[in-house]
Amino acid sequence: MAKPVEIPEAKFDEAVLKAKIPVLVDFWAPWCGPCRMVAPVVDELAGEYDGKVSFFKVNVDDNPAIASRYGVMSIPTLIIFKSGQPVANMVGFRPKAELKKSLEKAI
Amino acid sequence: MNNPQKKYDIVIIGGGPAGLTAGIYAARSRQSTLLIEKGAIGGQIINAAMVENYPGYTDGISGIDLTGAMHKQATKFGMETLYAEVTGITISGDLKIVRTSGGDFAAAAVILAGGSERQKLGVSGEAAFTGRGVSYCATCDGAFFRDKEVAVVGGGNAAITEAIELTRFASRVTVIHRRNELRATKIVQEKAFADPKIKFLLETVVEEILGNNSVDRIKIRDLKSGQVSLLKLSGVFVNVGSQPATGYLKDLVKLDNNGAIIVDERLETSVPGIFAAGDIRSGSIRQVISAAGDGAMAAVNAGKYISG
Repeated sequence: MAKPVEIPEAKFDEAVLKAKIPVLVDFWAPWCGPCRMVAPVVDELAGEYDGKVSFFKVNVDDNPAIASRYGVMSIPTLIIFKSGQPVANMVGFRPKAELKKSLEKAI
Repeated sequence: MNNPQKKYDIVIIGGGPAGLTAGIYAARSRQSTLLIEKGAIGGQIINAAMVENYPGYTDGISGIDLTGAMHKQATKFGMETLYAEVTGITISGDLKIVRTSGGDFAAAAVILAGGSERQKLGVSGEAAFTGRGVSYCATCDGAFFRDKEVAVVGGGNAAITEAIELTRFASRVTVIHRRNELRATKIVQEKAFADPKIKFLLETVVEEILGNNSVDRIKIRDLKSGQVSLLKLSGVFVNVGSQPATGYLKDLVKLDNNGAIIVDERLETSVPGIFAAGDIRSGSIRQVISAAGDGAMAAVNAGKYISG
């Protein structure tokens, strides 16, 4: 089953901005409780949307430049990219149904 | 998906310390038990980096580790977990029908443990800047404010603990509180007063949050003089208390003036067989340990109710 892939700064542009299909990026950090709660939901979605949406995780601790490029000041933040552009920005824990709605819109 | 006719001895609504402890007690006493959670297991305490007053943990434990262990423990005894939102409860003879976004379930007894919802400040700019300088979780977001000035709004335990935590990152933390004294426990207050990075603006309220792409200042009012001024900062951490999450229950069980569920000494609500535990009930002291205690008591009394 497809799983979200942890992505370093150096590979972000190639993997996310040049992707042919929509991409969901989960900005997280190990110290953040709600981030650890979002993770299993994102894992499930990665399985359900395999082939339709790519899933990546950005550890904001290790990659502060990407977080600041997209104005992330609160985690967890999930951003959906389409053709290199952010099309949805969701701050904080969201129920799975709400995330699915945003993904459906992006597909 | 879920069989709508599925019946349990006990259905627990809410996956915080109250619901999880009820789950441990109910499942361990061999009642078939379903816990329904609409968001994430753990409740509000998952935002706490360190719980220092839960008995048995001399060095403290994080909220997420503590509640994660409770969930594992309840699951070990056979409790099932459903992630869904409860939309209503109806009474059908001896059974309670719990309607959820994931199907309907019948229960001999129900334990309401949905806790409370964080209150917003309700000022202009708050919603627009959420995630852009307005935060409801210092543990999550503190690191984004390294060497920056921030404010914490509120005077309770959670607010003052957040302020202390934020001094690890922020260059200055201003606590803004509408009353002339803090509500936080003395030991927490002493720690905050001793910290040179923390400044206090008491009898002061936030009127507006301002900025361009992100927060750069707030408008505050001194309640004594009525004077309005601007405070330059990059972050506003809101911690002004919470409201019992009883919106969907107001036509079912009796609530007090604050919207909390009225219970008797056995934690039974105005409806026989429906119990309430933790922050959601009237008179709760809103601590993990008291929520856990409530959960145990509600589960034991629900068991007695079922066996008659």
